[in-house]
Amino acid sequence: MNPVPQYDSLAFGETALRLRTYRQQILGSNLANVDTPGFRAKDVNFAAALREQLEGQGYSNRVPLSVTSAGHLPSSTFRPGMPTQLFRTSLQPSMDGNTVDLDIERAHFAENVTKTEAQMRFLAGAFRNRVNAMTPDGR
Amino acid sequence: MSLISSLHVASTALHAQSLRLNTVASNLANADSTVDTYGQTYKAKQVVFRSVPMEDQGADGVEVMSIVDSNAPGRRTYDPGHPQADASGFVTYPNVNAVEEMVNMIGASRSYQMNLEAMNSARELMQRSMDILGT
Repeated sequence: MNPVPQYDSLAFGETALRLRTYRQQILGSNLANVDTPGFRAKDVNFAAALREQLEGQGYSNRVPLSVTSAGHLPSSTFRPGMPTQLFRTSLQPSMDGNTVDLDIERAHFAENVTKTEAQMRFLAGAFRNRVNAMTPDGR
Repeated sequence: MSLISSLHVASTALHAQSLRLNTVASNLANADSTVDTYGQTYKAKQVVFRSVPMEDQGADGVEVMSIVDSNAPGRRTYDPGHPQADASGFVTYPNVNAVEEMVNMIGASRSYQMNLEAMNSARELMQRSMDILGT
């Protein structure tokens, strides 16, 4: 019997795509605020956010602690919603306190656009595979 | 959806930058206006940007918080025959610095272009996501 894949390809694709578009929005905010005094450039740790979201959906071999009282804190680190935003470490902050470095932001932006598009293709491929599997004789 | 929000963020930036471009145009056009409609010498105007959180969680757009008049002293030229000359024969011209305005203009125009590209990227990604439904 084939080993069960660790992540369901649709759930993985959906989560990754959601985080990609979220990151796109954060990077877009950085570009929009390139001239705003005191604005600090933000980003998300994509790998950590993806792991956190997938584990929150039960794709984890981590066993949660049982909660027996209303006062107990939940053991899971999963928080539904969007990942934590981190401030980017600035190499050359401007005098008005703005830490948006255009070269860095543009590189991240281009990278994220490309990876979002790749993720969309993977997801489309996963759908196609399912359709193929349902078609008799591969037709 | 996040991609729609990316479009909104970019559009706030386009709006803010075009307002900045407007003040530059106004300043350059009035570089020699010794008198405005209130009888005062024209003062150079500058926009003040502020980031605003969008309705969607996490993203920050940008808006023009205020437009301030520059307090720099105006350029004074000796021209006793000028109708706006003061008692000692000096005319006060607006405190518009053409070099600063040009730098401001180039900055606004580059930021505008960049956010237009960001908008275009978001649009293309939305197009691709619609293609997934078509496969």
